[in-house]
Amino acid sequence: MSTAVDMSHYVRADKIEALPPPKLARGPVAWMRENLFSGPVNTLLTLLALYLLYVTIPPVVRFLFTDAVWTGADRSVCREDMVGHPVGACWAFIADKINFFTYGSYPAAERWRVNVFFGLLAIGVVWLLWLRAPRRDLGAVYFFWVFPVVSYILLTGGNADFGGRFWTIFAIAGAVLIAALAAAAYALNASIRTAILAGAGIVAAVGITLAAIDWDFDLLPVPTALWGGILVTLIVATVGIVFSLPFGILLALGRRSRLPILRLASVIFIEFVRGVPLITVLIMANTMLPLFLPPDTSVDRLLRPLVGTAFFASAYMAEVVRGGLQAIPKGQYEGAMSLGLNYPQMMIFIVLPQALRIVIPGIVNTFIGLFKDTSLVSVVGIFDLIKTIEASRIDPNWAAPTISYTGYAFAALFYFVFCWGMSRYSIGVERRLAAGQKR
Amino acid sequence: MGSVNTVVSQASPPKKSFLYDPKVRAVFYQALLVVTVTYLFFQAGTNAYDNLQRAKIASGFGFLETTAGFDISQTLIPYSAAGSSYGDAFLVGLLNTLVVSAIGIVFATVLGFIVGIARLSTNWMVAKVAMVYVELLRNIPLLLQLLFWYIAVLGPLPQPRNSIEMGAGFFLNARGLFMPRPIFASDVAAILAALAIGIVGAVLFRRWARRRQEETGRQYRVGLVTLGLVLGLPVVTWIVLALVSTNPISFDMPRKGTFNLQGGMQILPEFVALLVGLTTYTAAFIAEVVRAGILAVSKGQTEAAGSLGLKPGQTLRLVVVPQAMRVIIPPLTSQYLNLTKNSSLAVAIGYPDLVQVFMGTVLNQTGQAIEVVVITMGVYLTISLVTSFFMNVYNRRMAIVER
Repeated sequence: MSTAVDMSHYVRADKIEALPPPKLARGPVAWMRENLFSGPVNTLLTLLALYLLYVTIPPVVRFLFTDAVWTGADRSVCREDMVGHPVGACWAFIADKINFFTYGSYPAAERWRVNVFFGLLAIGVVWLLWLRAPRRDLGAVYFFWVFPVVSYILLTGGNADFGGRFWTIFAIAGAVLIAALAAAAYALNASIRTAILAGAGIVAAVGITLAAIDWDFDLLPVPTALWGGILVTLIVATVGIVFSLPFGILLALGRRSRLPILRLASVIFIEFVRGVPLITVLIMANTMLPLFLPPDTSVDRLLRPLVGTAFFASAYMAEVVRGGLQAIPKGQYEGAMSLGLNYPQMMIFIVLPQALRIVIPGIVNTFIGLFKDTSLVSVVGIFDLIKTIEASRIDPNWAAPTISYTGYAFAALFYFVFCWGMSRYSIGVERRLAAGQKR
Repeated sequence: MGSVNTVVSQASPPKKSFLYDPKVRAVFYQALLVVTVTYLFFQAGTNAYDNLQRAKIASGFGFLETTAGFDISQTLIPYSAAGSSYGDAFLVGLLNTLVVSAIGIVFATVLGFIVGIARLSTNWMVAKVAMVYVELLRNIPLLLQLLFWYIAVLGPLPQPRNSIEMGAGFFLNARGLFMPRPIFASDVAAILAALAIGIVGAVLFRRWARRRQEETGRQYRVGLVTLGLVLGLPVVTWIVLALVSTNPISFDMPRKGTFNLQGGMQILPEFVALLVGLTTYTAAFIAEVVRAGILAVSKGQTEAAGSLGLKPGQTLRLVVVPQAMRVIIPPLTSQYLNLTKNSSLAVAIGYPDLVQVFMGTVLNQTGQAIEVVVITMGVYLTISLVTSFFMNVYNRRMAIVER
């Protein structure tokens, strides 16, 4: 079976010349041809985009930088008819008002307290968000307990003046709580010692908190009516965050609970709050909170929107956390149960750590939304950053055509820096978490 | 010996406590919850009753019949300060909310899809411009954007006598946008009938085309025919009527008077600011939804379509978009709801929406806090629930049927 085919006719004998390298495989020109001018449609789009940039960028740069006024004491430096050349952003106005924008009407001599608050807030945020920070469990304790108490004392001046009667009642209530826990432990055949320790811990924590608030640190009391600007914006955002995370987790657990009434209550709360605009929640808190309380009590004007925001943020947080809980495979629950863990142990040690880690990006996104939404408190008359800008904008001392734009530009920059920073962080976390999924 | 005894006594069946019974615990916890919630509601209720008594405010919904006595700048139904009740004011506010939300949803969807697709463009410049748009708009509070549009952009517009003329009867000034108001003659019924016939015809044709395609595999130009029937038929009717008899639709043009513009249709600057703000803000979120949806369609689908010989346009229309829509629709629904809820920010710039009219003016005038809050929140809840119901129905029809 030798069928010899003469291959020589088909196989080329001589070597062909190598083709010249493509002229434009890399380099800026090739990149442009690839990405900007790859066809008639793309070229047209590029030209359109360029035109758009030409229309928008130069005026913005001219307004914000080239024609901007950086120094000056009053409106004369920012009026075109007085200085004789086009005037852009009037940064001198911001520089003049920056203290008002930051502290509102907080007494000037006491502003160091606000600065300390900003510092403590920054420490707490970095401790919690920096994934490689040491002892992040202590960070959580700091952020959710120590920091709020210290801030409250710093900002208001503390010295709540509860009086002796209050402390007597507190001591009795504490004793009753401990006794009740001990009795329950006895009835349940559980360790009485643990129950007493847990009860004493709760009573001590609450007691220390109240005592700290009650103590006179000799700080000048500053009523919340004087607070304003960035201080209030950050307070509303922080209170929303500090309350919404634990409440949201509880609501999410309630929604996934097997107890029908508990589940129903959680579902109603979540769906109700998520179905209405924040502004109606704020107006409700503003008008109805005083109505629902006994006539002789008064609610602080700043506290009302804080309650509203905390509720609102909790409902949104609950849905984020629920997503995380649903993502945990059933085997994790079963494994925890087969180890004999009870419900709280299963949740605290097995399920929640995994669920929360999955939804960190979602949590951060909720924070971003919350941070932007804090601007709404200005509608119900709270002096936040937007309100201080609205108030300064119409100051006759600074009556100039570009003042409004400058004020809004400043506020936009403030919100943008915070929100964009948070969204970058969440993208970073997402990438880190996804790294574990790669094979 | 003693140790053995203790072991035996421990091994004997433990004292069965009914407190260990999960059912008992469940009942206990839920009873605790019910008692707490009931107590809170009871306290709040009695306090509210006392407080209202003290303030001499009669509870109940009777105030809706009372004469309102305040004016509203934009009303879609007949309304006057002297003759209309608080109930009418509520309806006016509700309609204004619905109008701005509906128009905003349409515009935001169009803009959002354009920006979302632009972010995925192979054209580097277009993609970056879209990205900057999204990042900028998403990270600045909507309230600030509304104030910017209303005060900084629309505020410095000239007085009516120096109106900016935009041609075709459109004028822009500090009191808003003026445009021609259509006046309908009685013949307009013919155009409406043509429109109705067109819509019915288009639906029937779509059904027929789908059945034919399932039977024979032939495709028809459904989009073109639909467009012709729905849009073309009324336009043709209009032209024929205008040529044969009188023109059924004429326009009342705004004219420059001494102080103000006469005639025409006025659109409030508050409305424009709210619409622009809501549209551009929500579009940034919709763009992200669209981008995520398109990215969720695996590349293999595009490649498979290509290997079957479909053209890129067909691939997009028949393979990618239908699959992306499944991912897009649920979050898109939440964006629609967000837009509707965010329209309540109208209160900050004075557009007479539900919150501004009802929760603002009516609440302040009557002091009926509980009733007003309950009604307003009820309205938003209803809108939310109805919207999500319809979107869920649509979603179920579009969802993948797994076998």
